[in-house]
Amino acid sequence: MSALVEIHDLSKVYERGKQRVEVLHHVDLMIEEGEFLALMGPSGSGKSTLLNLIGGLDSPSGGTLEVAGQRIDRMSEDALAKWRAARVGFVFQFYNLMPMLSAQKNVELPLLLTRLTAAQRRRKASVALELVGLAERAGHKPSELSGGQQQRVAIARALVSDPTLLVCDEPTGDLDRQSATDIMMLLQQLNRDFGKTVIMVTHDPRAAEYARRILNLDKGTLVENGVLAAASARTAQPEYFT
Amino acid sequence: MKYLQLIWATLFRHKTRTFFTLFSVMAAFVLFGLLDSVRSAFTGASNNVAGADRLITTSKISLTLSLPKSLLARIQAVPGVAATTYANWFGGIYQDPKNFFPSQAVADNFLDLHPEWELPAEQRRAFHDTRSGVIVGASLAEKFHWKIGDKIPLQATIYPQKDGSNTWIFDLVGIYQVSDPNLKGQENNFFLNWDYFDEARQLDKGTVGYYVLKLADRDRADAVAASIDALSADSDHETKTESEQAFTAAFASQFGDIGLIVEAIMGAVFFTLILLTGNTMAQAVRERIPELAVLKTLGFSKRSVLMLVLAESTLMLVLGGLVGLGLAGAVVGVARTAMPAMGPTPLMVPVGASIWLRGVLLMVLVGLTVGALPALKGMRLRIVDALSGR
Repeated sequence: MSALVEIHDLSKVYERGKQRVEVLHHVDLMIEEGEFLALMGPSGSGKSTLLNLIGGLDSPSGGTLEVAGQRIDRMSEDALAKWRAARVGFVFQFYNLMPMLSAQKNVELPLLLTRLTAAQRRRKASVALELVGLAERAGHKPSELSGGQQQRVAIARALVSDPTLLVCDEPTGDLDRQSATDIMMLLQQLNRDFGKTVIMVTHDPRAAEYARRILNLDKGTLVENGVLAAASARTAQPEYFT
Repeated sequence: MKYLQLIWATLFRHKTRTFFTLFSVMAAFVLFGLLDSVRSAFTGASNNVAGADRLITTSKISLTLSLPKSLLARIQAVPGVAATTYANWFGGIYQDPKNFFPSQAVADNFLDLHPEWELPAEQRRAFHDTRSGVIVGASLAEKFHWKIGDKIPLQATIYPQKDGSNTWIFDLVGIYQVSDPNLKGQENNFFLNWDYFDEARQLDKGTVGYYVLKLADRDRADAVAASIDALSADSDHETKTESEQAFTAAFASQFGDIGLIVEAIMGAVFFTLILLTGNTMAQAVRERIPELAVLKTLGFSKRSVLMLVLAESTLMLVLGGLVGLGLAGAVVGVARTAMPAMGPTPLMVPVGASIWLRGVLLMVLVGLTVGALPALKGMRLRIVDALSGR
């Protein structure tokens, strides 16, 4: 497998008024295409910042960041927006669906940026919803869906434009155990069966165990970089959270 | 077009708030339609007499000043004048001052120059033969349930009778009609015989309020108007000859600077509208910052976010505005029929293409104005900060 993400000497500094906070310190990291990576660490360790940088939501203060052969740290805001639309699918802790749109229309949102016709957009969104097992709830609004179902819609939205990379920020953080298990199984399936590279931030070690590799950050520095040997075994234990 | 569903859904996310805002916008554009109809009527009533086939000659100094009746023959003799008539504003009150309608003493041939007022021949003869006879428009007769043969008392506000009495009693001998729906307001006039009026009045005998002349060739209106005004140049009764529209506008302007009043009201209405809808849009966008951040996360560019918010505010203004202007059109249609026309031209023009065009431009302009700040805020938001609620 080739490297999908290559990070060298990456740092991120936030300036809040007179305060200067260095959140990431000279991080080096390589993520292979098709990996399922979990980023863990205490609050404020910089894991979400690292995820945001990899997903092109923020720009680094120093170092280089290359994703799929493209130096995204050098991209303008508009170029990054186009890059995200084509390359990255995002899954958030609180789903971040548009409350006034149906599940179907939420999934179609990223496709508005393409040249697809309305019929093509509908068809692709239906396929994505079917993939996450929610085809029959396509017409429902987020408020009419459970948390787990909303997260499935969010995953369908992340998938619909067929991105290379799935970036997940605490995807099970707001879910009950059964729903969390279902979501992790789904992400694992997308990684295993569809070859999607998944990078996930989580606090939950049980969710992290679905990943093939776990990285720990502490105070902006990678402190551990190891392959989880037991990860493959998780696929046979969907009841893990129960 | 593919974004319309998203914009529409966003606009109606808070239905109650949106409906109240739409109602405000609608009310503002009802007012705009009505006021622009009045303003257009006045703007159209310029002093340009070109193309008019009837002109009106009044005192150059003031509409309230009379002109000598001796001017009639001299005006009639001006080349290009086909016919001339005259009238005086009577200004009578029927029972109560709130029962306002235009009442004028008119010459015997006044109706000849106004063929749009349709009066049966026998009633026309009765008007000629009955000194105290009056004719009224059908709308006015209907309003006060008058019928031919009724005696109608009017209280004079300007001209007492020779014996000092302010009560004039007239005999209703004719009821005229106007077929053109645009001129229906002219059915609210009350005409009495000028000869009787002049003989019975105490003051200003032998004077007329204004002359109406019909042109032989409407293309010569400018030249004829200049010739007529030249007749009285440097006299104590200099005249101003103008189109009927200009005369009507000048008449109404006696009550104030209509144009300025209309523009001031429109200014106040739209200033309030901008504050109101601007505040609503700002609040709506503030509440949706995380959603806008999600859109940017999905790949919507800064420009796309800017355009979405601007489109939403413009759509709100256009929706409310179109309904408002439509209602204004209906109200103007009714008002033009029901309101008494103080002159030969209505004081409101129909809500036509030019008012619609100005209205739609205003909707878009106000929409873009009220959406500008929220749209800029949405455009500039940092995704990471917005998603984390900072």
